[in-house]
Amino acid sequence: MVLDSGSQLTHVEVAYETWGTLNDTATNAIFIPHALTGDSHASGTPESPGWWDTMVGPGKPVDTDRFFVICPNLLAGCRGTTGPLSVDPATGRPYGLDFPLISISDFVQLHRRLIRHLKINRLLACVGGSLGGMQALQWAVDAPEEMAHAVVVAASSRLSAQNIAFSAVARSAIMRDPAFNSGRYFEDESSEGPRTGLAVARMMAHITYLSEEAMQDKFGRRIQDAETPRLRFGVDFAVESYLEHQGSTFLDRFDPLSYIYLSRALDYYDVFADPHWSDRLQAAPTKTEFLVMSFDSDWRFSTDHSRRITRKLEQARQPVSFREIRASHGHDSFLLDVPDYLDTVKAFLDHAAEGVLDEA
Amino acid sequence: MRPDLEVVSTLVPPGARVLDLGCGHGELLAYLAKTHDCTGTGVDTDPESLIAAIRRGVSVIDLDIDSQLDEFADGSYDIVVLSQTLQATRMPEQIMEQIRRIAGLGVVSVPNFAHWRNRVSLACTGRMPVSRALPHRWQDTPNIHLSSLSDLEQLFAEQSFTIKQRITLDPEGRAAKGIARGGRANLLAAGAAYLVASA
Repeated sequence: MVLDSGSQLTHVEVAYETWGTLNDTATNAIFIPHALTGDSHASGTPESPGWWDTMVGPGKPVDTDRFFVICPNLLAGCRGTTGPLSVDPATGRPYGLDFPLISISDFVQLHRRLIRHLKINRLLACVGGSLGGMQALQWAVDAPEEMAHAVVVAASSRLSAQNIAFSAVARSAIMRDPAFNSGRYFEDESSEGPRTGLAVARMMAHITYLSEEAMQDKFGRRIQDAETPRLRFGVDFAVESYLEHQGSTFLDRFDPLSYIYLSRALDYYDVFADPHWSDRLQAAPTKTEFLVMSFDSDWRFSTDHSRRITRKLEQARQPVSFREIRASHGHDSFLLDVPDYLDTVKAFLDHAAEGVLDEA
Repeated sequence: MRPDLEVVSTLVPPGARVLDLGCGHGELLAYLAKTHDCTGTGVDTDPESLIAAIRRGVSVIDLDIDSQLDEFADGSYDIVVLSQTLQATRMPEQIMEQIRRIAGLGVVSVPNFAHWRNRVSLACTGRMPVSRALPHRWQDTPNIHLSSLSDLEQLFAEQSFTIKQRITLDPEGRAAKGIARGGRANLLAAGAAYLVASA
């Protein structure tokens, strides 16, 4: 696979899950690209919950009883798809920092190969939140003929200086952890790797995923497991305990190298910088219909980010709908049970399904 | 479809790219797409309306007509439609300027506050009229800039819009062409739909 940067990966594996049944005409496929720290398990069961159970499942907006749903782990991820911990065929050792920098276009290139492998020429829809939404948008711009509908939630067309600054601090925490060992932490069996750095990165990122109001409602100034403050530097406030928990549980499921590669892909994303994107969309034989959504309490990717996406598409004369949803939970709202938001996606996909599905 | 929307649709050129401000459930745009080969975008802020329009396959953008029309580029539409919307905006003059900037051609339909029934109601009861065309009480009406047809036509003239066509409406919102004879529209029409062009 030749990457955006010109680098090559000679061997790429993709881990993915599917739900539902592809119809005879292969017209009911919905693709779910995951966000920064997701995996292929978008939809699950009570015993094994998916990360997007509010959106994907039987009777949900992305209804697995009606649609054939695909979710892969991202390139450079750490949940089955080729990434920095995979073995470099050239050296016989894991890549580490020798893994090439990847872009969101590279994710899309691999997604496109995956659907061809599944004998799908055109998606009914691609539905993504945050980094997932950015992939849906990139795909629609790279290959509009392959996507009938795109749902882009809580995303951005390019990161702001503040967004990049947060990314930079998270990467610094990981790469300056002495246990990072220039990205070769996996070679020392006695080392647990840059766990402190990854936990700090996750703690900070988590602050940006919630609104001030949501944090205040959830924790206020409550003291964890005590009536009165203990006056110490260790965890005392409930919010500290929560962040500590978020940081430590993250260590069990995510790899520090994957985190820095994926977050770097976000930083360089600038989908409308391609001078030909608008021509390509206008020349496409079939139009992709877009639904763009933001949450009013999201300050990670505020409504302004979604308005820019909407404005660009609208001015390129593409069919685009936009809604700003009221929800108090900040950026994380896209994963939560927010009825107005989920109803809107459902309405859009109901429209998308018209004339495609044989409702027996 | 609401009868007044059917009237409005007759004023929209076939194949036009239409911006429908205050599009509600998107009935007009869906109808224009089907019968007039039009494309376009609706604008509203009401969640229920936006969801209904999206379910219909109409493109709708959630923004405030009073403050956010700058999202649309100069000359980016063939025609702007304001059906039963202008009287609910904060600054109708600025909205007309936006029509000039975005399309240069507009359809504006409004209720006529000087309709004889309203005049009688106000004169006899001393209360703000409530009728089929004006169903809200004064304290909860969205219609903050009601006018007579004469007032509106004066505004068009002051802002250098020419009236290309006017269709007077009965209280049900149907076309009622007969009542406009003899310059009595301002007394006899419950409303009107105008096709206006900027000079």
